[in-house]
Amino acid sequence: MSVKLDKPLGRVAYVNARVIDPASNLDIQGGVLTEGEQIADFGPGYAKANGHYGEATVVDCKGACLVPGLVDMRVQIREPGEEHKGTLQSAGEAATQGGVTSMVSLPNTNPVTDDMSVVEFVARRARLLGLSKVYPYGAITKGLNGKDMAEMGMLAESGAVAFTDGTRAVASAKVMRKALTYARNYDLLLVQHAEEPSLAEGGCMNAGDLAIRMGLAGIPTVAETIMVARDVRLAEDTGGRLHFGHISTAESIDIIRRAKERGVRVTCDTAPPYFSLNELAVGDYRTFAKLSPPLRSEEDRQAIIEGLKDGTIDAIASDHAPEDEDSKRLPFAQAAFGGVGLETLLAITLELYHNKHMSLLECLRTVTCSPADIIGLPAGRLEKGAAADLCVFDPELGWKIDADQLASKSKNSPFDGRLAQGRCLRTVIDGRTVFEMK
Amino acid sequence: MSTKDRELRFTHRHLLGIEGLYPFEITDILDRAEAYAAANRQRTQVEQKLAGRTVINLFFENSTRTRTSFERAAKRLGADVINMSVATSSIKKGETLIDTAVTLNAMHPDVLVVRHGDSGAVKLLSQKMNCAVLNAGDGTHEHPTQALLDALTIRRRKGNITNLSVAICGDILHSRVARSNIHLLNAMGAQVRLVAPSTLLPKSMSVLGAEVFHDMREGLKDVDVVMMLRLQQERMEGAYLPSQREYFHFYGLDYDKLSVAKDDALIMHPGPMNRGVEIDSDVADDFERSAIQEQVEMGVAARMACLDVVTENLDIWRKENGL
Repeated sequence: MSVKLDKPLGRVAYVNARVIDPASNLDIQGGVLTEGEQIADFGPGYAKANGHYGEATVVDCKGACLVPGLVDMRVQIREPGEEHKGTLQSAGEAATQGGVTSMVSLPNTNPVTDDMSVVEFVARRARLLGLSKVYPYGAITKGLNGKDMAEMGMLAESGAVAFTDGTRAVASAKVMRKALTYARNYDLLLVQHAEEPSLAEGGCMNAGDLAIRMGLAGIPTVAETIMVARDVRLAEDTGGRLHFGHISTAESIDIIRRAKERGVRVTCDTAPPYFSLNELAVGDYRTFAKLSPPLRSEEDRQAIIEGLKDGTIDAIASDHAPEDEDSKRLPFAQAAFGGVGLETLLAITLELYHNKHMSLLECLRTVTCSPADIIGLPAGRLEKGAAADLCVFDPELGWKIDADQLASKSKNSPFDGRLAQGRCLRTVIDGRTVFEMK
Repeated sequence: MSTKDRELRFTHRHLLGIEGLYPFEITDILDRAEAYAAANRQRTQVEQKLAGRTVINLFFENSTRTRTSFERAAKRLGADVINMSVATSSIKKGETLIDTAVTLNAMHPDVLVVRHGDSGAVKLLSQKMNCAVLNAGDGTHEHPTQALLDALTIRRRKGNITNLSVAICGDILHSRVARSNIHLLNAMGAQVRLVAPSTLLPKSMSVLGAEVFHDMREGLKDVDVVMMLRLQQERMEGAYLPSQREYFHFYGLDYDKLSVAKDDALIMHPGPMNRGVEIDSDVADDFERSAIQEQVEMGVAARMACLDVVTENLDIWRKENGL
């Protein structure tokens, strides 16, 4: 599906659309004109399909929404190292199907992204494929060992956009404090997977009534909250920039809300499962719903929605974690954590709009300019001269999520079988249509 | 069999747990077990209901008692029994549970008896099998045949289960026996109490439908049945409990603590016992009050009843599915 073209791209007018740009609070009837790889113009002047747009090729959006391409700040691609689960190609295809034009990949690859060569490998391979843009995270610690700081400065120079130990928490407060202090030298962002390992050890779902009933070892909510509380204090102490990935509990949100009020440089995201599912999805030992952090209680789910509504939670990331059948078709305790999410990010996020929790503009902000701003990516907004990364979607189109139909190499979707409303129709990256729904 | 009889019997293809079973389904198995218990004692010829059938005992965890009990039950009903233990299987060579299921399924067994260390594993396996699956214990989830044999023992000693007060004591948190017993006793109308230190019995265990006690004397007051659970030695030291000595002092069953229960309170234990850890030898060997040996005997009868009922249902299911 490589679509990188040699010939120069001409002008394309995407007309008859509802143009939404959360970054500038724009929500109008109009369209976007692209020239080559860039946005040349946008606005109400492109409202009609039968207008005159010079020599531009006209794409009639038929009233669908036209937004900046989605930015997904938490994706596991699995290449290099576990290509049987997912590759840059398969993740790229999944991303384009979901309207995601930029994604940030976690460093828990094999080899770990703690070396410039891996950063460059990922960036170069993704560029050659010409699908969604891939920006690698660098590791905070060498080999994700939680002890020795990686060469964050040099990794940043070679293209790492932020730093995290991926699906592992930096467990040592001492190491985290040093990393936050060091990262401040270069104003680098650290992203923490907030889970106190000794409290989570052996657990496989949320500690609660259901875990008791099912006879499964639980991961208590305090495993997350004490780590959030600790790191907020460390960020406050060091002045470092800190982001918490996939927040899942009510108490964490409270801690972050209060920290933001005090002016601590802290942000956070959540993932679609945490505001659309609760622990009951684990139901009959369903391993597709075995996620990290685990799906929490209904009260926590409601708190996540409140956190999104009041802006405490800045962004929504897919938390895409492909796992092959051999890793999932196992007894629950043995099965791998994680679910794929690139294709369903938009549809599930739109549930917040359909359920009247947020406006369409607010909802889209969490998957466009907000994650782009946190990471510092040149993406997620409509600007003349910016890269023509666009997503055209119909917010009302109903469909049934069918894991077998997903583009991801692995099919472990926690939303398999769910009815969704809203679907990506077309994805444009650097002015090229890389996905068009048939 | 009349229509009414058919309605009031256990109709599931597998027996994976007690949770969700109706009282009449439990009663159906207990009634059958009662008949087998009587027949086993009288050495009368038991009907060879499983003649020509194949029962595979697939044990991923070592358990001489339960495996032998199932083997005895199946043989008593005339089945061919194959015992498979994980130590000699391909699981050690990296084969997955699903691979094992598919391989065993190709051998066309009639009943697969499975024990596995992970909760839910037996259910996962049952989804790939064309035979009946009996759960012989999965992780810390359920151990339905143990609950049934316990119920049978109680019913024989006490006449019925309804309205009895039963205390389950010990490592409740990690016990599949406790979970299955709670579900069964609740379904049959007994009052269940759970007694253990708070590290082995979080308050939230009450969601299972039982009253939680952390004091042995309070928990045992006026109960009809005391079910002791085996305390796994590896949980003794460290995070869960300070020492064996302290545990016995506060939670070990001796005559002193037992004195607050009813005079005829029945003493039970699923075995094997740690004497001097969870139970005093004098109490364990009190043949008037202890039903521990009878539990072992009832194990065979209860398992015969389970094998009996699931093979009947299997025939119906196979016919319906053209197999």
